[in-house]
Amino acid sequence: MKKELLSGNEAIARGAYEAGVTFASAYPGTPSTEILENVVKYKKDIYCQWGSNEKTAFEEAMGATFTGARAIVAMKHVGLNVAADPFFSSSYLGAKGGFVIISADDPGMHSSQNEQDNRNYAIAAKMPVLEPSDSQEAKDLVIEGIKISERFDTPVMLRSTTRISHSRSAVETGDRETPPEVNYEKDFGRTMLLPAIARGKHIKVEARQKKIKEFSSDFKYNYIIEGKTKVGVIASGIAFQNGREVFKDDWFLKVSMPYPFPEKLFLKFAEKVDKIYILEENDPVMENFARRLAPEKEIIGKDVFPLCGEMNEDAILAALGKKDITPQFDLSSIPKRPPSLCPGCPHTATFHNLNLQKVTVTGDIGCYTLGALPPLNAMDTTIDMGASITALLGMEKAMEKGGKKIKQAAVIGDSTFFHSGITGLMDIIYNKGKSTVIILDNSITAMTGHQENPGTGKTLMGEDAPVIDIAKLVKDGLGITHTYEIDGYDVKGIRALLREELKRDEPSVIVVKRPCALLFKRANWSPTVVDPDKCTKCNMCLRLGCPAITSKNDKAFIVSSLCTGCSVCIQVCPHDAMHFENEDEMHIRDTNLADFLKGGK
Amino acid sequence: MKTIIIAGVGGQGVLTASNLISDVLLEAGYSVKKSEVHGMSQRGGDVIATIKFGKEVFSPLPSINKTDYILAFEKLEGLRNINFLNEKGKMIVNDFIWEPLPVASGYEKYPEDIRENLEKFSDELVMIPATDLAEELGNVKVTNVVLVGVLASKMEIEKELWLKVITEKVPPKFKDLNISAFEKGYKYK
Repeated sequence: MKKELLSGNEAIARGAYEAGVTFASAYPGTPSTEILENVVKYKKDIYCQWGSNEKTAFEEAMGATFTGARAIVAMKHVGLNVAADPFFSSSYLGAKGGFVIISADDPGMHSSQNEQDNRNYAIAAKMPVLEPSDSQEAKDLVIEGIKISERFDTPVMLRSTTRISHSRSAVETGDRETPPEVNYEKDFGRTMLLPAIARGKHIKVEARQKKIKEFSSDFKYNYIIEGKTKVGVIASGIAFQNGREVFKDDWFLKVSMPYPFPEKLFLKFAEKVDKIYILEENDPVMENFARRLAPEKEIIGKDVFPLCGEMNEDAILAALGKKDITPQFDLSSIPKRPPSLCPGCPHTATFHNLNLQKVTVTGDIGCYTLGALPPLNAMDTTIDMGASITALLGMEKAMEKGGKKIKQAAVIGDSTFFHSGITGLMDIIYNKGKSTVIILDNSITAMTGHQENPGTGKTLMGEDAPVIDIAKLVKDGLGITHTYEIDGYDVKGIRALLREELKRDEPSVIVVKRPCALLFKRANWSPTVVDPDKCTKCNMCLRLGCPAITSKNDKAFIVSSLCTGCSVCIQVCPHDAMHFENEDEMHIRDTNLADFLKGGK
Repeated sequence: MKTIIIAGVGGQGVLTASNLISDVLLEAGYSVKKSEVHGMSQRGGDVIATIKFGKEVFSPLPSINKTDYILAFEKLEGLRNINFLNEKGKMIVNDFIWEPLPVASGYEKYPEDIRENLEKFSDELVMIPATDLAEELGNVKVTNVVLVGVLASKMEIEKELWLKVITEKVPPKFKDLNISAFEKGYKYK
């Protein structure tokens, strides 16, 4: 057996391989994205794909299990909100082929809009949930999850978190199990959720959960570690590892299946100790079970430990009053380093224009959400994926009803438009909305690190795929006459189009096209330079928020190693003070998508 | 158990360096765990990787006042993580400024007293012009390996092991470049 340092996400992918999974699907989202990016290493054995969103990805995996194939589906925690409908149905439908649903939660909100604890979903849908506490367990629990799924005819949720998914620890790898043979025979009672059938299924689900509750106390990944004191700690996930650094001599009940909660094992554990600490990130899931089962015991949980943020060593010690975590050096005195749109980003010119024209922008989720930050300040709202378009319609109608009108537009990316923007756009057409939707099409799912999508012409497995042309879909398919395509670097063109379309009393769509600057692997673009004699330090270029533009000796200055030659600053400079250093050399402005698809110039 | 923090800006090779260091520690027989924060790092944000190693390691996460080495690829990022360093902690910093956007666009000032603060809160400070040294070697991308070289010179692991892992992990055509970069850091006084 070989030991390797693997990230949790790599380990989950390895687990799927070893478990004999043959179907894997996902929509990218931090911290879950690398799961499928690693499953693709096993593409000879596992068919894998990106869905357009989490719901489609989930249902596609369910379809696979109907044939007896073993399947996984992966998503970030908020992705499960999108897939909640099939998620609840799946609990009733069970699993002919083993089915593991991976939810990667984000305590601490490293890159998310909330920190919901998806173990609550498993309880609500009545299916078991597993929580690994390192990479080895991440791998093992995918394999165990598939076994539990087939043994009890249930889907199984695996709850990872950012610290599990993005931490590396040693993993012993094993061989792949032979996948079961696929076979489909019509089985009405299994696969049809008609009310008459579902009533019977609910009864079965309740009985199943009772059996799994019994199993949970025998499950080898739920276990007791003996201590030298009368203090006990119940812990799951990364909080188990963090807790072991703090409670060195105490008893531990390590829980890898928080639901159904291992009741018998807990009661055995509770007899050994006088006082119980419960360490779990976010919600008091295990705590609620423990308090109900042993109301007489002294239990310390979320009354002391934080509900918000991560449960790391410092958070535990601070909550117990055992460590002063007031920093010696006050970090509020130094500048933060917020992420920003990149040099050459094809979104910058659009946001610059929206900012100058003081447009109210309902926004969406992707790199372009960074357009909300100074100096661009060009976004007003985010709700969730796809909400730019729907919130736009709601605002417009409410203002209209109140006899007012504001200049407003929605901004959404290509991948997010495919994810859940199309349905909102249909609402605009159907309900006679009048506002403008801007689709920033950079030909990739950029924020999560460049995943393919229905507009990129490639699949996850690297095969060529048909390209869905957004402008065509919108104009010819949905019938929005005022649909325009424009180059993301064309500052004046975008400005003129916005002026025109924001006035129009009909819906319009502007597709701003340019591939993400990071798709071009080239680093040595020929840069733009500033003529200091012409620069008046009016700061117009600095308002682009381009990381390559800074100031030196009270004049604008371009860091040539960062500059891509996109020409946006040249176009916004009112004093003609910026120009390409060498017109004949290669600038990102002069590339086009066709060249890129051929591998770049 | 010991802790190393590697901090820098997205694109500087922080994660590559941290993988290299963890591989060396694993090869040296330690238990190793590593955590990374890289949600939006590709967009110019800060990146931090933490490596913990010893006989038995539970948590992969850093805690305040408990870190033995900080390897900072940029001065401000060194200062940003200073509170993690313990009383005996060693701070190795690239003498290099990468202005964050609020500074570059004139909203905030880059602090001038970074060296003073780094000295004040660390037991030993090494400030090395690693980016310049990498440029001298003809490729600014090996800045991270120069810094790894400095770290190696401060740790009790045989030099041969570092060289072995570098040779194994980098593509053959970049082997000599990376070895030279490592040596530059290792010999830096």
